[in-house]
Amino acid sequence: MTATTPIVEMRNIKKSFGAVQALRGVDLALMHNEVLGLVGDNAAGKSTLMKVLSGAYIPDEGEIYLEGKRVHITGPDDARRLGIEMVYQDFMLANNLDVAANIFLGREMVRWSLGPIRVMDKRAMELQSQQLLRRLNINVSSVRLKVEHLSGGQRQAVAIGRATAFNAKVIIMDEPTAALSVSAIAQVLDLIRELKAQGASIIIISHRLEDIHEVGDRVVVLRHGRKVADYPVTGDVQSFRERVVSYMVGARDDFSKVVAEED
Amino acid sequence: MQERAAGAEKSAPSAQITRERPAWRRTINVQELGILAIFLLWVIFLSLATDTFLTTRNVFNMLRAFSWIAIAAFGQCMVILTAGIDLSVGSNMALSGLAAAMLAVNNVPVPLAILGGIATGGLIGLINGLLVTRLRLPPFIATLGMLSIARGVTYGVTGGWPVRQLPSEFNQIGQLDVMIGAWPVPLPVIVMLVLAALVSLFLSRTVTGRHIYAVGGNEEAARVSGIKTQSVKLFVYVSCGVLAAIGGILMTARLGVAAPTAAEGYELDIIAAAVIGGVSLFGGEGTILGVLIGAALMQTIRTGLNLLGFPTYWQPAAIGAVILLAVTFDQWRKRRSRTGR
Repeated sequence: MTATTPIVEMRNIKKSFGAVQALRGVDLALMHNEVLGLVGDNAAGKSTLMKVLSGAYIPDEGEIYLEGKRVHITGPDDARRLGIEMVYQDFMLANNLDVAANIFLGREMVRWSLGPIRVMDKRAMELQSQQLLRRLNINVSSVRLKVEHLSGGQRQAVAIGRATAFNAKVIIMDEPTAALSVSAIAQVLDLIRELKAQGASIIIISHRLEDIHEVGDRVVVLRHGRKVADYPVTGDVQSFRERVVSYMVGARDDFSKVVAEED
Repeated sequence: MQERAAGAEKSAPSAQITRERPAWRRTINVQELGILAIFLLWVIFLSLATDTFLTTRNVFNMLRAFSWIAIAAFGQCMVILTAGIDLSVGSNMALSGLAAAMLAVNNVPVPLAILGGIATGGLIGLINGLLVTRLRLPPFIATLGMLSIARGVTYGVTGGWPVRQLPSEFNQIGQLDVMIGAWPVPLPVIVMLVLAALVSLFLSRTVTGRHIYAVGGNEEAARVSGIKTQSVKLFVYVSCGVLAAIGGILMTARLGVAAPTAAEGYELDIIAAAVIGGVSLFGGEGTILGVLIGAALMQTIRTGLNLLGFPTYWQPAAIGAVILLAVTFDQWRKRRSRTGR
């Protein structure tokens, strides 16, 4: 154990859907400025765990600590207010709106208001969007461009940019590269490195182990709702992949032993 | 192809972020330009082909004749922007107009009678909205039921007889001409233009307006962005009901009689005006300016066919054909502009 407090700590999280135990007491810690890869086979519980953190699910049991303080997340709004942002696999952008509108969607800046009539400050939103994209090195020709005219990589970049726009402490990315072409994947990985360089703490769910190897600091493997591995990313891609896969499919199950040895 | 473009852009300097479209292209979008061009061509043709089309009297008669359709179509536009539809607007116009008329006939002061009519329309919209948001009925079904219910109420309340002898003070709101310079502008036209400006500004400038477009563009994205999508939907159905009521009251006042058969089939004209004006039935696309042009095009086609001596009984077929042509042309142009990008 290090002396620093994790930015997020989830302890003994349990969640069942009817008779199915999706999470059977998972511990997960994310350190400051860390990129954590969360992997596992289908139905291993990784999406469920992140939905618990982002407020989409309420756990049956377990506690969540943010910077050492116990928090109760009962909905997506709670999570957002606490600085936990989620980037969804299918981007979750409104394609008919422009880039600036999407970045500020649901958090529009208001110039003046009269009761329920709130007039937006479009100029300020466009300027801030431009600054955000420039800071993250996201290449979009204009923030007034409709999202439907962007490539897949650009859309994912905008979705990630939006998640970071409001002083997020923790960014969760669900399969950020799954729907993208090779060149777009490179763009998104560059963006994740850029975010880390600027101090962000990130959890990435991905089945593309080479991506986790490339940008991740640590990997956590879930299997059947339990954590079966948790160790730093090291070595070459080939041996990293083999080790992770052996945990994923259950060929190797020495987590409790490893922990005991490390203690 | 898109991905290759993205790869190429990657090496370009990020300074081009500030590149913008020219101002006129931002205020009027392509969708409206196409339909505006068709409209202008048709108007020019009619002005040359007939002596009567481009006279002050005819122009204002036409404007008045489509003003209530256009006003109801503004509300319809808001609903369709959220990927919904309101089929009950025609019945709503009849019932709200009737409510205002009955209040006026029974010596309720005219302003209060008008408010009563607007409240009736708002209530119809509220019920539509609750059916869609709470009972999760498809908008098509919910408002189809309301179409029948509201129409049935107008028949039931009147026993099928029109309400006549409305106070002249009430009829004034539909019949009065306001002199603006040398032009006698009908009051309903002024109401239409004021409402067009208000609704248009609301949709483009306010947070709620933005959320209406977002719900139509990607409802799930809007929801996870913290937008209360059900409240947005409720709001558009109530707004649509209120705007239909305003149209219905102006129509009733113009006719000077509240007939239970009034505005029958108007829902289709209203939806057609919105769609011709570029409002996408899939939601998220369209503007009030487009709706205004769409409604004007429908009216000039109708008047134009009359002036050209086109047989009256065949007119609905001609109008239907023009609607299909206009929308087909628009789709073709949109596809071309998208692939040629």
